[in-house]
Amino acid sequence: MSDVSQPTAHPPVTDWINDFDHTDPQWTDDPFPIWEELRAASPVVHTERFLGCYMPTTYEAVREIANDTEHFSSRRIIVRDVRPEVARNAAPPITSDPPVHKPAKQLLLPPFTPDAMKKLEPRMRAICNELIDGFIADGKVDAAAQYGKYIPVQAIAHMLGIPESDSDLFINWIHMILELGIKDENKLLQAVQEMSAYFRAHIEERRSKPTDDLISYLMNAKDKEGQPLEESHVLGSLRLLLIAGIDTTWSAIGSSLWHLARTPADRERLIAEPGLIPIAVEELLRAYSPVTMAREVVKETTVSGCPVKAGNMVLLSFPAANRDPKMFPDADKVVIDRRENRHAAFGLGIHRCVGSNLARMEMQVALEEWLKRIPDFRLDPAGTVTWSQGTVRGPRQLPFLLGKAM
Amino acid sequence: MAERLRVHVDPDKCQGHARCKALAPELFELDEYGNAHEAGDGTVPPGLEDKAWLAKSNCPEIAIDVIEE
Repeated sequence: MSDVSQPTAHPPVTDWINDFDHTDPQWTDDPFPIWEELRAASPVVHTERFLGCYMPTTYEAVREIANDTEHFSSRRIIVRDVRPEVARNAAPPITSDPPVHKPAKQLLLPPFTPDAMKKLEPRMRAICNELIDGFIADGKVDAAAQYGKYIPVQAIAHMLGIPESDSDLFINWIHMILELGIKDENKLLQAVQEMSAYFRAHIEERRSKPTDDLISYLMNAKDKEGQPLEESHVLGSLRLLLIAGIDTTWSAIGSSLWHLARTPADRERLIAEPGLIPIAVEELLRAYSPVTMAREVVKETTVSGCPVKAGNMVLLSFPAANRDPKMFPDADKVVIDRRENRHAAFGLGIHRCVGSNLARMEMQVALEEWLKRIPDFRLDPAGTVTWSQGTVRGPRQLPFLLGKAM
Repeated sequence: MAERLRVHVDPDKCQGHARCKALAPELFELDEYGNAHEAGDGTVPPGLEDKAWLAKSNCPEIAIDVIEE
């Protein structure tokens, strides 16, 4: 399309409270002090950027919005510079509102229960060990690019029944949609089209040769009336599973290892008490939640006493909610054995992440296998840690030295 | 005499985070969608009281009640 605007450069932020921008390099690099400043100012702040956008800064305000599907729509779930027409079946159920949300969600839930994930666990352990085999002798590794990335890629490729060798394609599409797409509509459209074509080819193959994977599962699924799903619904859900299943867990594994590289006491505790790893995973999910979602205000209302007007977007920052000291004592610290933890890393309300059980299993296995074989590691002072921008936050370069420091 | 505890999951609030099942597998069950309900009538066997409170305090949807009887 020729009328699609060019990507825009954003001026640097000088007034966070009235002009916040989650794509600003300062936010990408270290968002935590910014969230503290915003929370101290108001439970809801506003920016004129992104054609108008609110951000709830407290856990309570995030919960209010997540539970209020009457005033806050999920038809747009990424805060971007532009608001093009919404496609029907963009990525159900994450882009669906009631009443169509529930049946679309229920279709996807059974393959992702904790029991279903247990069956995948031995394979994930083998994958982690193969990855470690590939770099352990080098004495150093980029833990984001050589480890964290491939765990969710291989898991979701396996579940969807698509070749793991296409992983660079997947990663590039996700980068185009979740990062570049915030400012560049062309990139987003191109990625969506390429993904749809990719999945269409896989669907075609399965028409003559059905398989035991999620693509066949969705092709054969029926709606409430017993009719097969529209092709746009199948493609939308497949795009969702691929996009949501990779960057997110990659980020969570990376942030967890980043924390452990810098915190020998927590590392030693988890090695001595591996039974604590599931609890530690929850705390790392709280402290370094990767995913920020969005809503669109469709009807004027108030949130925590603050008026919000229709036509604005909402940056629904679960990561900021999880740092609210009113909800979590010592919210700014990683308390590796935190007992009470109602964190919202997987969202709250009806849009709870469909893959949360998969993500938890991947994180636990990734940390367990890593710590068994690499008890000592630290950031490589000669390298640089870089973080992804925007919707999903996690390390994209994570250079480590392996073994005890000399 | 020690009080008896009973757990209850509000099915309208539960969103299937499954934290209760992970922390207190004896007290909760999941359905085919991964949503939780209490095992049996929810009575907490002696010795599992801590797990009941732990499940409650880790439910992001505040869907779990621990009732002291």
